[in-house]
Amino acid sequence: MGGRDEGTRALSAGVAAGAGRGDGSPAFLTTRLEVLLEKARKNSLWPFPFGTACCAIEFMSVMMSHYDLSRFGAEVVRFSPRQSDVLIVAGTVTDKMAPVMVRIYEQMAEPKYVISMGACACTGGFYRAYHVVQGIDEFIPVDVYVPGCPPTPEALLQGVIRLQEMIERGETHYQRAVAAKARSAGEGQ
Amino acid sequence: MNGADAILDAVRQAFPEGSGVSVAPPSDLPTLRVERGTLLPLARFLKADPRLDFSLLADVCGVDWLEQRAPRFEVVYHLYSIAKGHRLRLKVPVAEEDAVVSSVYGVWKAADWFEREAFDMFGIRFEGHPNLRRILCHPSFVGHPLRKDYDPGQRWLLREGEQHEPEWARTPQEDEDHFETQVLNLGPSHPATHGTLRTVIRLDGEVITQADVEIGYLHRCFEKMSEQHTWNQVIPYTDRLNYCSSMMNGVGYALAVEKLLGIEAPPRAQTVRLILSELSRIMDHIVDIGANLNDLGAMTPFLYMYEAREEIYSVLEACAGGRLTVSYVRIGGLANDVPHDFEEAVRWLLRRIPRLMDDMERLITENRIFRDRTQGVGVLPAAEAIDWGWTGPCLRASGVPYDVRKAAPYLGYETYDFKIPVANEGDTYARYLVRVEEVRQSLGIIEQALSRLSPGPVIVDDHRVALPPKEKVYTEMEPLIWHFKLVMEGMQVPAGEVYGCTEAANGELGFYAISDGGGRPYRLKVRPPCFAVFQAYPHMLRGHMVADAVAILGSLNIIAGELDR
Repeated sequence: MGGRDEGTRALSAGVAAGAGRGDGSPAFLTTRLEVLLEKARKNSLWPFPFGTACCAIEFMSVMMSHYDLSRFGAEVVRFSPRQSDVLIVAGTVTDKMAPVMVRIYEQMAEPKYVISMGACACTGGFYRAYHVVQGIDEFIPVDVYVPGCPPTPEALLQGVIRLQEMIERGETHYQRAVAAKARSAGEGQ
Repeated sequence: MNGADAILDAVRQAFPEGSGVSVAPPSDLPTLRVERGTLLPLARFLKADPRLDFSLLADVCGVDWLEQRAPRFEVVYHLYSIAKGHRLRLKVPVAEEDAVVSSVYGVWKAADWFEREAFDMFGIRFEGHPNLRRILCHPSFVGHPLRKDYDPGQRWLLREGEQHEPEWARTPQEDEDHFETQVLNLGPSHPATHGTLRTVIRLDGEVITQADVEIGYLHRCFEKMSEQHTWNQVIPYTDRLNYCSSMMNGVGYALAVEKLLGIEAPPRAQTVRLILSELSRIMDHIVDIGANLNDLGAMTPFLYMYEAREEIYSVLEACAGGRLTVSYVRIGGLANDVPHDFEEAVRWLLRRIPRLMDDMERLITENRIFRDRTQGVGVLPAAEAIDWGWTGPCLRASGVPYDVRKAAPYLGYETYDFKIPVANEGDTYARYLVRVEEVRQSLGIIEQALSRLSPGPVIVDDHRVALPPKEKVYTEMEPLIWHFKLVMEGMQVPAGEVYGCTEAANGELGFYAISDGGGRPYRLKVRPPCFAVFQAYPHMLRGHMVADAVAILGSLNIIAGELDR
């Protein structure tokens, strides 16, 4: 990840150089395209609310005026997987629902991230039972686990912020997979 | 005719000794043991006889006695007469090797899904049922999970290609104009389902010609889980039945078990239960109306109404520590007393919520678009609604003033002054009006209850049921032993059975509990109100537009947690 850190530093240095002049001349900015893209991506997440149970009601609270997820640039909820980039699995996923969830994840455009909201989505919760998936990571990769039954809205907000930090640092499953692919392509040459 | 004896006499006259009907030993309800050959004629008689008039089939469930009794299974029916206000329980013993019973779908349509559930859970087949297939478990599931010899952790995987699709949806069909009709899936992940429901519809243009519903996408095994836990440990599970108003589930469950134990919570606990239940009812109706409007394209009212919900959350959080799933009730009372500013906080809510409701009503009630989209849409006449087993606000919107709080009062509802709002149209708009008025009535009840809130204990002083106070556990020998026994073994509930019902946000929420004298429920069956409501939904859709399907669904308030358990 050395290259990324250089890029971030270059971004701040460029802005500082422009601002420091103070004579109204245009500030310049040098950075790498990936860094800019990741800044843009992390600040405009489009969630797909895969709400199945109680957690979906708390997700509603997060969207409403009191907690207001739009403060973190993630309020444009889309019910089409094609138009969203973060899958928020909010609630218990059963064996009957699992193929539906996998299909939705596969339909999402890349880059894509997954937040697992609540004890049930993370581990099956206290439903150690014949019809309940014991954690959605049996089926799809998860970037952020938000604990709680259900998590408080503050916890989900923190989960979204954590995802944003991970995107900036290139630590999500998707980004690591892309980086690994690029590395192995480089070794092959 | 209210007395148990009068009911049993009337049955004895028509079905004398030796006809396959016998009276079971007295329990909480008059109970008949019925040979399966006599079930159908008896059912017809019970519904048609004007003295009995059992119009509502509240619940059908199976019970597995494994080696304790022969024959192994029992099918239990709970009947209710809305006109007479009396109840009856029927038990039909069934052997494992020949587990077949006649379906009563021809008598009460409500049997449709309840019988399918009993088939799914126990493998009891219902002869004459029009569509007997699994309802909660997925199609690749093997075995019947509520049988006592089924391992609770045994899962079966469902692959993508194995999902259920109705027979008719697989074959293309042309209409008279030679245009091919279209099959459309609404759900299980759809913005208007607010949960995990799936409706498959066939469209001719924009008109629905055929519809089928698939549920069970949130079947998280409540009943099996409750058999693995002690009586008090079941309470967190009840919270997650109707998670929009979790407090009311806990109250309903605790009341049923208290009935079995023969105890009653102290007055203060009862009043607090009542206040928080009514607040939960308000919360539930608010989300239902708001989500319904949201689906119809009106986002603003939801924002207004959710504010009221957040305010109620803060009161619940102050009492119980949790916002949504409170786990505040204990068998015999409450987990702890309410905070010192409880009364003040509730009084503030009583001033705040009416203002938000006024705002919302000004936006919606006379709104032309809303009325055009909801009036005359999704009409269900009273007789049909009862036939399908409807209860709660949906039934009252069809003109039947049945409310458990009036019909069989609990928590002292008989001493409060409130009205049961009823509308006669039976359409989506009427369901909206009934809910709005119920919110206002609930506010009135809370106001009366606040003035009766007297100081006192919040849980019974009975070491067989309630944990002794901590200071005694640490200083005295006997409370330490009681504490240990309650935690390790759970409370010992005397053997017996009980059907307790309360008026939850969606209607009659029943808990049928069987105890074998141990620390855990032997069988706990929930009678979920929206299960009965939702089974009529595909039949209501025919002839409506796709957009109407969304409007109707929202007005029924189907909560997946309660529907699928």
